[in-house]
Amino acid sequence: MSFEPKILGIACNWCTYTGADLAGTTRLQYPQNLRVVRVMCSSRINPSFIFRAFQLGADGVLVGGCHPGDCHYNTGNLYARRRLAVTKKILEFAGLEPGRFRVEWISASEGNKFAEVVTEFTGQIKALGPQTKFKIS
Amino acid sequence: MSRIGVFVCHCGLNIAKTVRVSELAEFAATLPDVVVAKDYKFMCSTPGQEMIANDIREHRLDRVIVTACSPLMHEQTFRKVLAASGLNQYLLTIVNIREQVSWVTHNIDEGTSKAKALLNGAVNRSRLLMPLTSRVIDVNPDVMVVGAGIAGIQASLELANTGRKVYLVEKNSTIGGHMAQFDKTFPTLDCSACILTPKMDSVLQHKNIQLLTSCEVSEVKGFVGNFDITIRQKARYVDHDKCNACLACTEKCPGKSVSEWDEGLAKRKAIYIPFPQAVPQKPVIDREACTFFKKGKCRLCEKVCEQKAIDFEQQDTFSTVKVGAVIVATGYDLMDTRDLIQYGYGKYPGVYNALEVERLFNSAGPTGGKVILRDGKEPQAIAILHCIGSRDKNSYEHCSRVCCMYSLKFAHLFKEKTSADVYHFYIDIRAAGKGYEEFYNRIIEEDVKFIRGKGARVAKSADEPDRLMVEAEDTITGKFIRLPVDMVVLSPAMIPRSNAKDIARLFNLSTDKQGFFMERHPKLAPLSTMSEGVFIAGVCQSPKDIPDTVAQANGAAAEALTIVVKDKMELEATTVMVNPASCCACQNCVRVCPYGAPFFKEDKGVSEINEALCKGCGLCASVCPTGAIIARHFTNDQVLAEMEGLMEF
Repeated sequence: MSFEPKILGIACNWCTYTGADLAGTTRLQYPQNLRVVRVMCSSRINPSFIFRAFQLGADGVLVGGCHPGDCHYNTGNLYARRRLAVTKKILEFAGLEPGRFRVEWISASEGNKFAEVVTEFTGQIKALGPQTKFKIS
Repeated sequence: MSRIGVFVCHCGLNIAKTVRVSELAEFAATLPDVVVAKDYKFMCSTPGQEMIANDIREHRLDRVIVTACSPLMHEQTFRKVLAASGLNQYLLTIVNIREQVSWVTHNIDEGTSKAKALLNGAVNRSRLLMPLTSRVIDVNPDVMVVGAGIAGIQASLELANTGRKVYLVEKNSTIGGHMAQFDKTFPTLDCSACILTPKMDSVLQHKNIQLLTSCEVSEVKGFVGNFDITIRQKARYVDHDKCNACLACTEKCPGKSVSEWDEGLAKRKAIYIPFPQAVPQKPVIDREACTFFKKGKCRLCEKVCEQKAIDFEQQDTFSTVKVGAVIVATGYDLMDTRDLIQYGYGKYPGVYNALEVERLFNSAGPTGGKVILRDGKEPQAIAILHCIGSRDKNSYEHCSRVCCMYSLKFAHLFKEKTSADVYHFYIDIRAAGKGYEEFYNRIIEEDVKFIRGKGARVAKSADEPDRLMVEAEDTITGKFIRLPVDMVVLSPAMIPRSNAKDIARLFNLSTDKQGFFMERHPKLAPLSTMSEGVFIAGVCQSPKDIPDTVAQANGAAAEALTIVVKDKMELEATTVMVNPASCCACQNCVRVCPYGAPFFKEDKGVSEINEALCKGCGLCASVCPTGAIIARHFTNDQVLAEMEGLMEF
């Protein structure tokens, strides 16, 4: 059987989660490896969520928020952007392959972009193979 | 130990087609703490809701999971079921297996296994949910309407007639918007001014409407029920309290500029009212065109003003208004057709855009209502080019909806006012509206020629150098056409205002692919936005005609009223709280919050939260180094538990 990765998504309620709903409403097809957790704002995402996801065996983590400047809470995603950039550096410093953690800005009207990002990211994770660096078995 | 009930919805075949729903319910029953798990055809139906309510009582459930469509669809529906059954509404969890599972796959194995993972995560999270109490806040009874075109005017009048105070904000010096520029309206050929100006006057006279012209919204604070909106009153250089509208100043003024109202086809003075029926009937000075501002001397207007109303020292002023709800009705721009160089707009004087043509027809317009071209001649042949920039993937994909009808109206008016031959170059004629098809049929009878093919290019005629040549492919005959004409009318795409992004940011609105403001739901909440208490009406949402705009404005007024008619309203309980025992007094929370909700309590040495200001984004919870801030309903434990559940399968 081919490798089917587990990908954790964390999406903000107002943009990316709504964009994901729009992808569904318009019946766009994308791989089913992504499981999305909804938070109100990408700024709610504590770096520990990301670390924990990889410990739990996630092969990839995708975070989605509003486009910078368009945050439902004015400035939340600007904090998220900086914090998640540092998170990515730390993960890679600790040995995670670049490409397993991605942050994307997807608005409520970008159902297409959501489907494209998920499809592309899933392909990328499949190519990387199972994530073993952080996984606690 | 929790007692969880899981309710799996088929949504007809919407879910059941690509998720094995009974297998999902059986799977749920095996999960710890799940005491009942059922699947049902339509969970949102009355029997579905009753089933949940009965099971809550019968099985003494203390948590409910509904596995169905997106929480953005039916979370409120099912919360009400819990509340009516005596269970705190925040003990509900929705698992989205429609929009994010069944609709995005054709593979039932994949769909089912993803649904199981999501449900497993939800059960984990559900156990940790806490009952929450909604906050009750006072509601400001007043409403602000932004934009005073026909949409804003209509919404303001409706609201004002219910006794509400309305602040109507308009960036221009007069209200009326684009409708004031039109000559006739389709399909009835009503005179636009005749039906609009009485409404404009009613706005001015209405005791409940405070008209704020030459004003812009500069800052929006607060939230539904309690917005604090800062308005910038742009300097008019005329004291409108003193001015008695004698307009002597406008006669004497030597400064000139192009008239925006006449789309640049005529001049106006530097001190001016935009058009004769402008509301208010009081002039403003255009600083760019004013001789005094440019050269330091003139002040003729000041000399003739008996009221001493001219004030060259006037500055922009700022004031804050408190309202409970907002209607945004900021309208549209026409696409700048100079960007489409193949049509020669701005290059050939015989090429006009639709708004310019409206002004040519108008008796108060630059030509007194005569169709005379820029070179002073009357056209002998006129081509009307539909869909310029709209229905065009190279520019704007959307249909601008009104161009077919106003183009037909133009044809009628050209026939009435000139002896010219009139040609339509069109892709399709879209005449869906009351009386529209009938109007189309009438125009066909009026000896107007229809060529089914989009105008491809406008060039100078090779044979007659003072004429134009329209090129197109007639898709009925399959032949390439070159038609000599004297006048070309472009029907350009209606597009979002150039500052729509700024307005969107001020009011926290989303915009769609084209840049129009996005509604909360395209069918069932077309006037609401993701920003609670902010509603949209008119073309700022998408292109539409005047009847639809007026209907939307009435709808938006009713929506705004449902908020401000109540003295108090409930807000989401999903705010943050501080555990004082672990607060380290770093005050990161105070620094990052855009709403000023956290504050530092000096005497206790810890942060506290002003819950009335908290919007529940959770930013502070993530910057809190000690975990003292708990984001209710999205606690670290809840999120991590859900993640664990998701990763198990």
